[in-house]
Amino acid sequence: MYDLKALYQAGTVAEAVALRLAHPEAHIIAGGSDVLVQMREGKRAGVELISIQGLDELRGVSMEADGTLRIGSLTSFSHITRDPLIRKHLNVLGEAVDQVGGPQIRNIGTIGGNTCNGVTSADSASTLFAYDAIVELTGPDGVRRQPIGEFYIKAGKVDLREGEIQTAILIPKDSYERTFGHYIKYAMRNAMDIATLGTSVNVRLSADKKTVERARVAFGVAGPVPLRAETAEQAAAGQPVSLQLAETFAQAVKADINPRDSWRAAKDFRMHIAVESAKRAFLESVKLAGGVL
Amino acid sequence: MSKSVGKSVTRVDAYEKVTGRAKYMDDLCDRSALLVKICHSTIAHGFVKSIDTTAAEAIPGVVRVLTCFDVPDIPFPTAGHPWSTDPDHQDVADRLLLNRHVRYYGDEVAVVIAENEVAAAQGVRALKVEYEELPFVLDVQKAMEPDAPQIHEEYPGNILKHTDIRKGDYEKARQEPGLIRIEGWYDTPTVQHCHIENHGCYAYMEAGRIVVVSSTQIPHIVRRVVGQALGIPWGKVRLVKPYIGGGFGNKQDALYEPLCAWCSTMVGGRLVKLECSREETFVSNRVRHAIRTHIISYVRPDGTLVARKFEAFSNQGAYASHGHGVVAKGMGAFPQLYPCENVECDCWSVFTNRPAAGAMRGYGIPQAMWAGECHIDDICNRLGMEPVEFRRKNLMPVGYQDAFSKNELYSDTFCQCMEKGMEVLGYPEKYRAYRNQTGPVRRGVGVAVFWYNTAVWPISLESSSCRMVVNQDGSLQFQTGETEIGQGCDTAYSQMVADAVGIPLEDVHVISTQDTDVTPFGTGAYASRQTYIGGFSIMQTAKALRERILNIAHDQTRMPVSNLDLVDGRIVRKSDGRVLKSLGELATEALYSMENSRHITAETTAQIKSNAYSFGCSFAEVEVDIPMCKVTLLNLVNVHDCGTLINPALAEAQVHGGMSMGIGYGLSEQLLFDEKTGRPLNNNLLDYKLSTIMDHPRLEARFVENPEPTSPYGTKALGEPPACSPAPAIRNAILHATGVAVDSCPITPHVLYEKFKAAGLLED
Repeated sequence: MYDLKALYQAGTVAEAVALRLAHPEAHIIAGGSDVLVQMREGKRAGVELISIQGLDELRGVSMEADGTLRIGSLTSFSHITRDPLIRKHLNVLGEAVDQVGGPQIRNIGTIGGNTCNGVTSADSASTLFAYDAIVELTGPDGVRRQPIGEFYIKAGKVDLREGEIQTAILIPKDSYERTFGHYIKYAMRNAMDIATLGTSVNVRLSADKKTVERARVAFGVAGPVPLRAETAEQAAAGQPVSLQLAETFAQAVKADINPRDSWRAAKDFRMHIAVESAKRAFLESVKLAGGVL
Repeated sequence: MSKSVGKSVTRVDAYEKVTGRAKYMDDLCDRSALLVKICHSTIAHGFVKSIDTTAAEAIPGVVRVLTCFDVPDIPFPTAGHPWSTDPDHQDVADRLLLNRHVRYYGDEVAVVIAENEVAAAQGVRALKVEYEELPFVLDVQKAMEPDAPQIHEEYPGNILKHTDIRKGDYEKARQEPGLIRIEGWYDTPTVQHCHIENHGCYAYMEAGRIVVVSSTQIPHIVRRVVGQALGIPWGKVRLVKPYIGGGFGNKQDALYEPLCAWCSTMVGGRLVKLECSREETFVSNRVRHAIRTHIISYVRPDGTLVARKFEAFSNQGAYASHGHGVVAKGMGAFPQLYPCENVECDCWSVFTNRPAAGAMRGYGIPQAMWAGECHIDDICNRLGMEPVEFRRKNLMPVGYQDAFSKNELYSDTFCQCMEKGMEVLGYPEKYRAYRNQTGPVRRGVGVAVFWYNTAVWPISLESSSCRMVVNQDGSLQFQTGETEIGQGCDTAYSQMVADAVGIPLEDVHVISTQDTDVTPFGTGAYASRQTYIGGFSIMQTAKALRERILNIAHDQTRMPVSNLDLVDGRIVRKSDGRVLKSLGELATEALYSMENSRHITAETTAQIKSNAYSFGCSFAEVEVDIPMCKVTLLNLVNVHDCGTLINPALAEAQVHGGMSMGIGYGLSEQLLFDEKTGRPLNNNLLDYKLSTIMDHPRLEARFVENPEPTSPYGTKALGEPPACSPAPAIRNAILHATGVAVDSCPITPHVLYEKFKAAGLLED
C-alpha cells in the first residue's frame, strides 16, 4: 500500500505534457523502480504521480535517416540489451545496462528513468556520456534536444523544464561508427548492487589498427554527476596503440575526476580504482577494435 | 529395519511451499486487522522527555497512539532460553515494551495503531519526540573505559558479564627458552540474519486470553515471555507458530510479540498486526555479536603449542538478550580445539549503544573460529609449516573428553574431514603450485576447521516431548515442540517416525504448526539440536505407541504380544511371517469396537542428558586481483561429520545455506554505523552486501558419517556448523595467495586496498 495523493495516467505524449502543466508538483513515474521505493521510504510519501507507463510510442530502438540511434525513453534495460541495433552498433550500452540490479529490475527499469534521476551511479549514464548522447525532451513548445552533459545539472537534478518529459536518447552516428567500447562496473558484489565506480571507455582506431584516432572515457561516481575525463582523451588521441599508452591514458584521468569520501568508499580508493578501470577498459576497447598489443 | 532414514526423500512441505499454498503469518491474518507501526528513536542514547501525539491522533484512520509513558513498568527478558527455576540462572530482564531510556538508534519509543498501513506510517511521521541526549559509545573496548557512558545502571563499566578459564601455568610456561611468540587481534563485524521473512506477528483477545500468531522459532518460550512482559499468568497466553520464512536465531528471541499482545489489550482486544520492515529487521531485532579477540601463542619451532592466552570482547549492544552465553561458548571452544597444557582465557560481554546482539547461526563459534583459525595460519606462516600438517599435529585427538560436558570425540573426525576436503579441492597440488607467485592476479588455497556441539546440555534444560495419534486407516499424526523453520526437521522427523513405528512414510502426517494450547511442551528450534533431541522423544514415543498397538493386536488376534510385530503398516506374526491384518484394519476395529472402543495414542517426554561434538572443515580457493583489490572465490568445500545422515539431500542443502552465510561473513557483510550519531548507515538489502548467487562458486558439501553413539539415530548437529569455518578458510587462502594477513572480516575491497597499499603491492 503506497501513500499516494493522486495518479494521473497519460495516454499520449501530448497528454503527458498537458498533465505536467496541470500538475506541476506531480512526479513522473515510468517503470517505478526508483519512485515506488522512495515513496515506501517516506521520501516521496503523499505525492501526486503522472504515469507515462502507457506511452508505447516511447518504447524501442530505431535508426533515423542520418544514422542516429534513437532509444525511446521507456525502453527497458532488458530490451536494450537484447536489441539487434544496440548489439550491432552500441553493444557496450547493452552490457552496461545488463548490470543494473537484477532481472526483475532490468525488466521494469527504463533508460529514461535512469537518466532523469540525475544520479551519478546510473549504469547507463557513463556510457551515454562517453558517446556524446543527446537527450530529447518534449514539452509544450515542441521538441528540444540537449547534449547529455548539459542535461545533468547537479546530483539528483536534471534539466527537465516545465511541462516537459524526456522522450528519447539519441546517439549520433559519429559517436558509434567504427567505435568500440567497454564498461566496467566496480561494485561490492556481482549482482544487485550500485556502482562504487562506473567506467566507460570507447576508442576508434586508424584503418591499420595501429593508431588511436579517438578515445573517450566517462565515469559514474567520480563526481556529483557523470563526467568525461578529457585530459585522458587528449593524451590518447593520435597516439600509437601500446601498453604504455594505456598507462598514460589511465593516469591522466586523475586530472579530471573528483570522487568524494563517503561511508560507501574513500576518495583515494575510488581514485585508485578509476585509474585501474580506465586502463583495463581502454585495453579491452582496443582489443574489440582489432588493435594488437 | 530402516526404510526411510538415510534416504533423500522429498521434503514433506515441498509442494505447499513451492506452490505458495503454505500459510505464513501474514497469509493467516484476517484483513480486518489494525496495523501497529513503531516509532523508533533517532538518537543513540538518552531519555525521551515528551512525545506530542496530537497531530498523529488527528490523522484519519489512526485509532490509538501509545508511548513509552503508557507501558507497564515490568522489565522482561527476551532471550529464547528455556526458563530456569533458579533465579541465578534466569535471563536478564532489562527492557520495557517501549523505552523512555533509549539505548540505541532504533529503540522503540511509541506505536501508532491505525486502520491501514498508510495512516500508521503517517501517524509515526507526525509524532514529535523530544529527547534529552546523552553521550553514546559504539566500540566494545571504549565502552569499558572508566569515563564511558553508562548504558544500564545495574552494570557498572557496561560489563554484562566476565568469565574465565585457567589451565596449567601460562606465565611460567611461556618462560621456556626458544619459544616463538605469535600475537594477533582479530575482529568480526555486526551482521544480521537476513532471513527471507521479516519478523511479524498478530494478536487478539478471545475468552479473556491473548492469542498471538508469530513468525518465531520458539513458541513455548515466547508464550512465557509475553506472560512475563504483560504481568499476566502464562496460561492466559496462547502462542501459535505457523510456517516461517527462516530465523537463523533472530527469531530465537521474543521480538515484538509482547508489544503486539499489549497493543491488542489496549484497543479492547481487537486484532492487531505488527510487521517489521527490512530496515527495522536490521536494526531493531537482533544482530550477531561483533567480537574482538586477542590471542597470544607460545610455540616451539616444531609446532608444539606450549602456552596460550585468549581474550574476547563481545559487543552486546543495547540490551542483554542472549547475553554472555554467546562469547562464552566461543571461549569454551578455544582450549578444546587445540588442547594445550597452559591456557588463560577471559571474555567479556559489554553493553554498547548498538542494536542488541542475540542468537545467530553458530552462536559465538563463527567469531571464535575467525579468530582462532586465522591465528593458526599466522602461526603456520611464521613457522613455515603447512597448515593441514600443523592442524593434524595439534587438533583435538581421538578419545578426547571434555570434563564439563562429557562430550567425547569418538572418531578421527578432523583428519577424515580434512582428507576428504583436500581431495575434493585438489589442495596438495594447488598448495604447492600457488607458492611464490608474482604478478597482479594470484591464487591461493586455505583451510579452517570448526568446533561445534549439538545441543545445550548440561548448561540448560534438554527435553523433548512428542505425541502420536493413529487414524482409522492406520496413518498417524505426530507433533513435537521442536519447530520447522525451513531447516527441514518436519521431513527428518517424519522419516524417523516412519521407521520407529514401522509404517510407510506416506502414512506419517506431521502437524507442522505449534500451538501452545495443543502442542506438547518443547522449547523450539535453536542450537543445532532438533534432529538430535527430537530423535530421543520420537524413538521413545514410537516404542510406547507400538506397545499399545501390539496389545490391541493381541486382543484382536489372540496371538501373544511377543510373537507380534508391526512392519510397514502391517501386523505380522513373527513365527511364520504371516500378515494378520493391516494397521488400518486394527485401528478401525479398535475405534469402532462396541465392547471396548479405544483411541490409539502415545505421548512421552524424553530426558536428554547428553550432548555431541559435531566437527568439520572448509577448504577455499581464491583468485586475488591485486590492483582491483578484489577476491574471487573459485571453490569452496565444506566437509562435516554430523553422524548418520537422516536425509542426505536436505543435509547438503543445509550445508549450502551455511556456506553462503559464511561467504558473506568473510567477504562482504557488515552493518555500519555513523560515528557521529550512532545511526545505522546501511540497514537495507542494497547497501548491506549480502552475497548473491553471482558471488558464489559451486558449493561443494561433503560428509564423513561416523554414527554418534549417544543418539538413537546416530545423528548430531548440522544446522549451524556450516557457517562456522568458511570465512577463515577464505582469509587463509588470501594469505596464501598474497602473503597479506587480514585480521578483520569482512575482507572487502576497501580493506584490501589499505592492506595491499601497506604491503607495497599497489603501484600508483
